Amino acid sequence: MNIAIASGKGGTGKTTVATNLVLSIDHAQYIDCDVEAPNGNLFLHADISARDTVGIPLPVIDRERCTCCGACAEACEFNALAVLKTKVMVFPELCHGCGVCLYVCPEDAVSETLKEVGVVEQGFLTRADGQVVRMVQGELKIGEPLSPPIIKQAKRLADPDRAVILDAPPGTSCPVITTIKDADYCLLVTEPTPFGLHDLRLAVGVVRVLGLSFGVVINRADSGDCEVLDYCAAEGIPVLLELPFSDELAAAYSRGVPLVVDQPAYREVFQRLYERIVAEVLS
Amino acid sequence: MKELTIISGKGGTGKTTVTAAFADLADNKIMTDCDVDAADLHLLLNPEPVSEQPFIGGREPRLTVDKCTGCGTCEELCRFDAIHVTDTGVAAIDRFSCDHCGLCALACPEGAIAMADAENGTWFISRTRCGSMVHACLGIAEDNSGKLVTLVRREARKLAELEGADLIINDGPPGIGCPVTASITGADLVLLVVEPTVSGIHDMERVHGLCRHFRIPVLAAVNKYTVNLVNTQKIRGYCEEYHIPLVGEIPFAAVVNRALVARRSVVDYDCGPVTQVVRDMWEEVARRLEDMPVAAGL
Repeated sequence: MNIAIASGKGGTGKTTVATNLVLSIDHAQYIDCDVEAPNGNLFLHADISARDTVGIPLPVIDRERCTCCGACAEACEFNALAVLKTKVMVFPELCHGCGVCLYVCPEDAVSETLKEVGVVEQGFLTRADGQVVRMVQGELKIGEPLSPPIIKQAKRLADPDRAVILDAPPGTSCPVITTIKDADYCLLVTEPTPFGLHDLRLAVGVVRVLGLSFGVVINRADSGDCEVLDYCAAEGIPVLLELPFSDELAAAYSRGVPLVVDQPAYREVFQRLYERIVAEVLS
Repeated sequence: MKELTIISGKGGTGKTTVTAAFADLADNKIMTDCDVDAADLHLLLNPEPVSEQPFIGGREPRLTVDKCTGCGTCEELCRFDAIHVTDTGVAAIDRFSCDHCGLCALACPEGAIAMADAENGTWFISRTRCGSMVHACLGIAEDNSGKLVTLVRREARKLAELEGADLIINDGPPGIGCPVTASITGADLVLLVVEPTVSGIHDMERVHGLCRHFRIPVLAAVNKYTVNLVNTQKIRGYCEEYHIPLVGEIPFAAVVNRALVARRSVVDYDCGPVTQVVRDMWEEVARRLEDMPVAAGL
């Protein structure tokens, strides 16, 4: 089972739902795909046992062979190469590592090196009940623009024998799609405000285009209006869980203490949430 | 003319809440929403579009099925696992994996794939009660959000020239990736809105690292500082260490949500102490913007 937790709007509680799920269900693993701002392990505190860099291919131009014909720059869709009178310049921050320049060069003057764009880390934590939870997180290197290569690598490291909980980044564009596109189920976390509703509609548009089954969690459910609930009812979207707002919960979150650790009674709430997701997937 | 961008690293810390208040307080400015894949500022500013235009973000491959022989050259070369010869004997492009690099089009021996302009969204110039606004809407599951941000800022600068505005205020996206980079490069000043949580601090440090990478001057404000005074103290310490002026500490107040639900800014709707702190904060930010030299070549 592969469950993605996404939202559209940031700060609605994706990481709260994802971390509390892995702390509540059996044979769980958490994969932090919000590689621009990975926060899950601030709550899980897994011991990191492996750390690998993620790189993308970057062209290297052999100046002996290069005739400055311009074929590479013309073919590059990302303007990552510029042809000067006597040499070709590569702009690493624009390069996607697609290999077009290498393919089109008539002089065989392009080779590739690996440019580091981030890291993925793996580790384990032991829960209070003795169960071991696996944790994988990606982290984009500061200044690098492209997160999808790191998200893909983090997902590749998923252990297929465990339930996979994918913590998605906010928004609706490529990093989100890379994270959720092949999930069995997508949980959209929102809040009952005009912002929450507006961005939920956008997120629903994305999961529908991707053809995913999905449901909604409303966080701080008692702190706004009822328009999110009305929208879900009108659209026939299941609302699987409503979490209340409380000063204690906000304070525990601010310290990095997971809800189910601060208030163990919530474990059952997240176990039931998981059962409902499983039932939705099977139906 | 100067440009201020409001970002946070972590989402949901109050960027748009602060930006909308600044929109009500600042004179002679242009507003933009650079969070193009989940834009929310319009919910508080109620823009009326005066122009609406398609955003062509780049090109995308289009396959002419009749020409495809199913040879698999494209599948073999594609580094994004985005094109596959299917059971039907011809190739199919997975648009959600495609990076739009064009290698398949270059390599197809049958000329069955061509690159064509892709419409990835829409951008607008609008009138609001607080002046002109440039904003955009990325298409559903579309790409190129960084380029759309760049376009929004470029159009805002043109409009500012035209209207003789002295300031552009950009509501930025969360994260530290390409749309964030596109929102801050070339800006005169960045305001980081931080919440006093372990995630908020972690992500502030990352996005501050990005600002340092691009050498952009930074201010900070703590939102909901009363939620955790120990963490607020940590943020103060961080700001002191990196010489980041802390221009405001906004208390947590449930009334802020009521203002948002009423689609009003926190200075347009009486939020008690929050309203006063945000007003003072704007005075401080405006004073600092005024004191900054006008950057050349913007």
